[in-house]
Amino acid sequence: MTHALHARPDKRDTLLYLDGVTVSFDGFKALNNLSLYVAAGSLRAIIGPNGAGKTTMMDVVTGKARPQAGTVLFNGGIDLTRLDEAQIANLGIGRKFQKPTIFEQHTVAANLELALAGHRGVWNALVFRPNGEQRARIDETLATISLQAHRDRLAGSLAHGQKQWLEIGMLLMQDPQLLLIDEPAAGMTDAETAATAELIRRINRTHTVVVVEHDMTFIQALDCHVTVLHEGSVLAEGSLPTVQANPQVIEVYLGR
Amino acid sequence: MHLRLPAAWVTVGLLLAAAIAVPLLNLAVPASSALHVPTWVVSLVGKYLCYAMLALSIDLIWGYCGILSLGHGAFFALGGYAMGMHLMRQIGSRGVYGHPDLPDFMVFLNWKELPWYWHGFDNFTFALAMVAIVPGLLAFVFGWFAFRSRVTGVYLSIISQALTFALMLAFFRNDMGFGGNNGLTDFKDILGYGLQDDSTRAALFAVSALALAAVYGLCRWIVGSRLGQVLVAIRDAESRVRFLGYRVEFYKLFVFVVSAGIAGIAGALYVPQVGIINPSEFAPAASIEAVIWVAVGGRGTLHGAILGAILVNYAKTFLTGSLPEIWLFALGALFVAVTLFMPRGIVGSLSRGADRRPSPSATVEAPASTADPAAP
Repeated sequence: MTHALHARPDKRDTLLYLDGVTVSFDGFKALNNLSLYVAAGSLRAIIGPNGAGKTTMMDVVTGKARPQAGTVLFNGGIDLTRLDEAQIANLGIGRKFQKPTIFEQHTVAANLELALAGHRGVWNALVFRPNGEQRARIDETLATISLQAHRDRLAGSLAHGQKQWLEIGMLLMQDPQLLLIDEPAAGMTDAETAATAELIRRINRTHTVVVVEHDMTFIQALDCHVTVLHEGSVLAEGSLPTVQANPQVIEVYLGR
Repeated sequence: MHLRLPAAWVTVGLLLAAAIAVPLLNLAVPASSALHVPTWVVSLVGKYLCYAMLALSIDLIWGYCGILSLGHGAFFALGGYAMGMHLMRQIGSRGVYGHPDLPDFMVFLNWKELPWYWHGFDNFTFALAMVAIVPGLLAFVFGWFAFRSRVTGVYLSIISQALTFALMLAFFRNDMGFGGNNGLTDFKDILGYGLQDDSTRAALFAVSALALAAVYGLCRWIVGSRLGQVLVAIRDAESRVRFLGYRVEFYKLFVFVVSAGIAGIAGALYVPQVGIINPSEFAPAASIEAVIWVAVGGRGTLHGAILGAILVNYAKTFLTGSLPEIWLFALGALFVAVTLFMPRGIVGSLSRGADRRPSPSATVEAPASTADPAAP
């Protein structure tokens, strides 16, 4: 089914290459022969009903879950199934969780500083002080995520939407090639949702981005290629109007 | 934040003052004076300071990295045994059996020569190194397996408890070569100074206070560095730290080994002041008691751990002296009360006012944070 939708691209041209990936938990196939190809520089939205395998797909890419079968390659030929979370993060894949996951007892600025790209060693951390350039990057990111006024606040005291932005800001500080963003607009007001879509489009100018989302208005605002997952495999791909017109998609997801 | 720096200086200042004043008041002030500090008080408070150092080591991993070790007494005891072995070797031929090399208990067991692992302990510097290296090595091996396998939370607490229990059973055995259930005792002198002398006791007190101040400074430095920020981040959102590319297991391992070394030093200072080390120091209950000191003082504050250890042990001395049968009930009640009514401990509760005071920009809009059940 997948292969009928899309020809398999050359691995070398693809930043993220998932082919025939299967993950099962106690016999339940969370991913069933999933194939997904994300070109460098692109923006991709992934939608699908609950249990379609969206989050599991991100778990596989970031090393949290191991596939029983299939190929997962990054940047031409790096086999992600052999690496752990920290190694994958240091290759240049950043991930935002569905539930905002930030360091609540640290200030906003400290959250960004911890995410700052660079050495991750224990000894280095003991003597690390951010230099002028790095402080400038923190300020720049604070501006990007509109949290300049809150830099010294404890992250735990931020509003929900601001926490989502802070987590996206932390991804930016990591400066990854690929950002995986899980439900960034969950629990946001309409205005915040629109601002988030705008933020992601801006990030996409310099990064490859994969977004998982339920909110159709948000997907519309992203104006990008959409992949519909269903029962662990790809059901349809294309622009939002195309997939919305797809009868299978309407049946499993949109036509309620 | 506002409170931390002054509190750190107050702590160091008090410890330095005690290191000077208590020995002076003991040695230079005549016993008839009201200001005189008797030797038994010097040793008692010196013991509290060792407990405070153990509490500090627990606070470093529990308060800042969320690792609740219920077996930290094992590292304390191992440091104590390392020092005890040196003091045993110092007895020389002055033992009951008068053997030039073998401690009394080995002669009693009909051993002919010193076991290999007793060699070197006649050298003070070697013994001093072992005081931190042996607990550190055990912590490294234990932590290597536990943290790499991502054993966390209550599971880690349980296996740390099992570790100290297993060591207690092992040290109870006579053929382990550590004196069985009697442990190591009858020490005569340290570096040539008699352990019963007032001046030696006063010096041990001063060394304990100075060592506690130094270790406190070390902990303060660690938690104030970026490494400390990573530790707190691990405590609050471990998976986020991993996805940022940090090797969480190495950070945990580092701080766990440092903490075990500190506990070992505390045990080594404790043994010459109390005059004995035996397997009861490995008892799980002893480790749990140390965790209670930290909870009472306020975890994640460092000076809270010191305060908690001193206050609870003072209460213990007082109660076991006057009403021995109620001490365990009092300790249990104290833990329940602190958990229910003062989850941040004494220091945490006192500084809460300072933390809660909103910054000018933080007064508006924080609707979602109140819904977070994890928020304190």
